[in-house]
Amino acid sequence: MSAPAAWTIPEVRSALDARKISARELVKDFYTRIEQRNAELNIFLALSPERAYAQADRIDAAIAAGDALPLLAGVPIAVKDVISTHRIPTTCGSRILAGYKPPYDATAVTRLERAGAVILGKTNCDEFAMGSSNENSAYGPVRNPVAPGHVPGGSSGGSAAAIAANFAVASLGTDTGGSVRQPGSFCGVPALNPSYGRVSRYGLIAYASSLDRIGPFAHTVRDAAEIMSVIAGRDPMDSTSASVPVPDYAASLGKSLHGLRIGIPDDYFGEGIDPEVRQKIEAGIALLEKLGCRRVSIRMPNTEYAIAAYYIIATAEASSNLARYDGVRYGPRVPGGTLIEMYQKTRGRGFGAEVKRRIVLGTYVLSAGYYDAYYLKGQKVRALIARDFREAFEQVDAIVTPTSPVPAFRLGERTANPLQMYLADIYTVTGSLAGVPGISVPCGKTAAGLPVGLQVYGPAFGEDRVLQIAHGFEHAGGATL
Amino acid sequence: MKISREDVLKVAALANLELSDAEVDTYRGHLDDILTYIDKLNEVDTAGVEPLTQVVAASAGDSTLRDDVIERCDVINEVLEGAPDPDAPYFRVPRVIEK
Repeated sequence: MSAPAAWTIPEVRSALDARKISARELVKDFYTRIEQRNAELNIFLALSPERAYAQADRIDAAIAAGDALPLLAGVPIAVKDVISTHRIPTTCGSRILAGYKPPYDATAVTRLERAGAVILGKTNCDEFAMGSSNENSAYGPVRNPVAPGHVPGGSSGGSAAAIAANFAVASLGTDTGGSVRQPGSFCGVPALNPSYGRVSRYGLIAYASSLDRIGPFAHTVRDAAEIMSVIAGRDPMDSTSASVPVPDYAASLGKSLHGLRIGIPDDYFGEGIDPEVRQKIEAGIALLEKLGCRRVSIRMPNTEYAIAAYYIIATAEASSNLARYDGVRYGPRVPGGTLIEMYQKTRGRGFGAEVKRRIVLGTYVLSAGYYDAYYLKGQKVRALIARDFREAFEQVDAIVTPTSPVPAFRLGERTANPLQMYLADIYTVTGSLAGVPGISVPCGKTAAGLPVGLQVYGPAFGEDRVLQIAHGFEHAGGATL
Repeated sequence: MKISREDVLKVAALANLELSDAEVDTYRGHLDDILTYIDKLNEVDTAGVEPLTQVVAASAGDSTLRDDVIERCDVINEVLEGAPDPDAPYFRVPRVIEK
């Protein structure tokens, strides 16, 4: 069976404008694809056809009336299951939220629909976004559409795979330590983690509040830029959203990369990087030089401490955020003789192994006697990592690294050793701690056909620059290096 | 071992988390590995470094406080529909106060 056709946002628009297809027919086509292959790939946890067709009919009515169409009219979009959708099941990949239907939409979802997008359904992910392989979902792992014996990456594995399988035109994921960029790399699709504060998190079910961000996946960098133009910007419902003006992201695309200084941190190419990944990234850097970028060797000396700082801060915040799942307000309850017993049993049985591990670690590092040694120390090291980035951006316009030290691994290959799994997040957690934007863009494939991702970091609120570089790289043939 | 079974049980109690004996043993081992790894932070001199709690104020200069204005939000029924033991307009829980 040949793969169904990929649609980009401009292709959807021109097909609708030319009346080659109606918005309803397009939605139906995507649901047919999903029906045919979702059982195998396990990408969607819930579909929302009623809402999707209602939106498609509104678009078709606008077309029939000759109205001007909004930017994303009729564009089918998939949403990670940690992002709230009104009356559509939102489980965070967890048993503890089985059957939960949020009473409201996340702002990012509201803005997409207001721009004409069609929400197809909710994508599988690691439970509460905790994981790098999607194997921590209570509803089974997603298979990588590029290589179905392999993981799609995580935690936003379903949203990345939805693009690779042509189940959606674009999708939303969330990134706390690499959960958009790494699955983008594993599935061979562009994936942007915007600056902290750039996209409202109202309705995003929290994992680690000082790190969580919402970001897009798409077939092209241009499409990711279009999605960003819609979802970015201040939201009065999220006091951590920034009021920095939102530029026209698509306008920066196509500008020459000539003269841009790209920093290559020596500290990111030490031991642990797969030789094939290293070779592809070197070829990617050479391609950027050919496009006129100037390669500058930089130091980011605190990189080796990023994983330790990240897993202290993220688990501490998670242990606090996940205290709300106690069998009182939502999700299934496991009865107990007392209130406390009810809490303990509900949480003990509702959460999966990785979530419990992180709650235990996070509670430990925050507990009396350990706070200074762990949590406070982690926050101080975080300040040094942020300083590494600030100092680097005094010398360079962008930083280029691998997204992940390894390509997609086989299902089940790495589940036995949690620490080893954590260590592979090294290139993404640094930017998470610093709050800067980073994009993963396809950079060739290994001999076995597994995609490699090249990561471009920019300074805070420099999404336009990372999109510009990623777009230039994509158009120069980065994906087929 | 940096971590004892008792440490794991104490933390699990703080987090209201029931763990099986097997889970206690598994997490004890994993936590020990992770905390041993985290000890590498002791190599870093952080004297005089201010902890970074979140980056938005540092980068955007506008972590905004707003007036605390009450707005109506008619979601009680919808919220209770998803509750495991609703008794409108309340959530019912096991008795916490003895007679």
